Amino acid sequence: MNEKTIRKSRGIATIFLIVIIMMTYLSAVITNFNLAEGLATIPKALGWIGANLIITPETWERLPSILDKLFETIFMSIAATTLAAVVSIFLGLMGSKTTKVNGVLSVISRGVASFSRNIPVVAWSLILLISFGQNSVTGFLALFVGTLGFLTRAFIESIDEASQSAVEALRATGATYFHIVNKAVIPQTLPQMLSWILFMIETNIRSATLVGILTGTGIGFTFDLYYKTLNYNAVALVTLTIIIAVIIIEMISNRIRKVIL
Amino acid sequence: MSLLQVEGLGKSYNLETKVLKNVNFEVGAGEFVSIIGPSGAGKSTLLRCINRMVEINEGNVIFDGMDVRSLKKKELRKLRTNIGMIFQHYNLVPRLTVIENVLHGRFGYKTTLQGILGRFTEEEKEHAFFLLEKLGIEEHAYKRCDQLSGGQQQRVGICRSLIQEPKLVLCDEPIASLDPNSSKVIMDHLKSITNELGITCLVNLHQVEVAQDYSDRIIGLKKGEIVFDGPSKSLYEDQINNIYGSEIRELITV
Repeated sequence: MNEKTIRKSRGIATIFLIVIIMMTYLSAVITNFNLAEGLATIPKALGWIGANLIITPETWERLPSILDKLFETIFMSIAATTLAAVVSIFLGLMGSKTTKVNGVLSVISRGVASFSRNIPVVAWSLILLISFGQNSVTGFLALFVGTLGFLTRAFIESIDEASQSAVEALRATGATYFHIVNKAVIPQTLPQMLSWILFMIETNIRSATLVGILTGTGIGFTFDLYYKTLNYNAVALVTLTIIIAVIIIEMISNRIRKVIL
Repeated sequence: MSLLQVEGLGKSYNLETKVLKNVNFEVGAGEFVSIIGPSGAGKSTLLRCINRMVEINEGNVIFDGMDVRSLKKKELRKLRTNIGMIFQHYNLVPRLTVIENVLHGRFGYKTTLQGILGRFTEEEKEHAFFLLEKLGIEEHAYKRCDQLSGGQQQRVGICRSLIQEPKLVLCDEPIASLDPNSSKVIMDHLKSITNELGITCLVNLHQVEVAQDYSDRIIGLKKGEIVFDGPSKSLYEDQINNIYGSEIRELITV
């Protein structure tokens, strides 16, 4: 890189910065957003949180029923993720360049993956709400569909990345397709796949709360119920339990990751 | 009758460039043949046409009386079982143990279920250990392959190909990623495959000296065409220059 190109790229960076500042300013003007005013409300908002979101002793009585809903949500997320993982392994094998059986199945599996991934999980819950009604199956399906897309994509990449050369070698020995998948692809990519599955379980427990608010199931429904009945103390307790649950799950999956990778 | 006949072989991956053009040669049983040529000359493609890891576009390959180009799935599997293959990057499953990787060479003889369940007979296991011992890596049998050095991994690759009990072993740049010492060990082992076991070896190399030292016969490939085919000792400097398109002293060889 000579002096001229360095100067040129610095020029481009300056232009980018100016463009971003202009866009921010324009957006603020169009939406009547005033940064100073926004910042000024922060202390007030914090004050409200401090005054209302306090866990009072009588709220603790509600803990068993809240935990009940929380566990329901956690198990639903795990079930949705693991079931989606099973289907994703199949779609991943079909979609990967190294292990695909034929072009048609490959296109179908990639299509399914990007279709289910590119529609956000919130949209899925609302769409499924219309057809399946307000029950836990709807929440389960919404998580399942979103997870399916993401995991298929991740698995395709893991398979392509990790096992190309070993697949070639096994093909050259006269091994059958199932030999290759079982003895080269799976052993080589399993740790990565498990890592993705754990990541998705964490993510889904978080999304399950939101999906629950929309579909009226699990901990999300409890949150929504207390929120709408203005029982802010209970809302605080629900939030706290969710945060603790997510942290615990994260710690567990980090430990598992360390062992398998 | 010769073990391998290649007649008018042509291969192209796309419409513009032909990787192989009208390649003709024969290899008899028990020969040790080196294929030399610059990168992109079509050496790897040529080897992969022989066990049909890539499809053949023109001409025929006859291996042991079988017409490779027209083989059906099942026959193709049988063909590959009879041909071992050794790769530049060893192509092992790094997370599995050495012994597991060696036994992978037996899949050609297994039904799908036997292979998935990992059913190997005592003889096969003994044979695997015998080969590991022969190549001097039996103490690593239960180590994971990613813990071994390059030279050791390549020896695992050789074991995997030999346990197939092949008639022909194709070696695709077997020493291109190895240091000079390991290279010598690997080439000595390959040579002994032919001398002791009588298995035919077809070796892609880009080091001219190595090819001259080890093989009886050299095939020179340039832009997909054979430009030299004959005994190693009749390969003179002007022919090497023709193959590589440069003066020999300009070549940096290991």
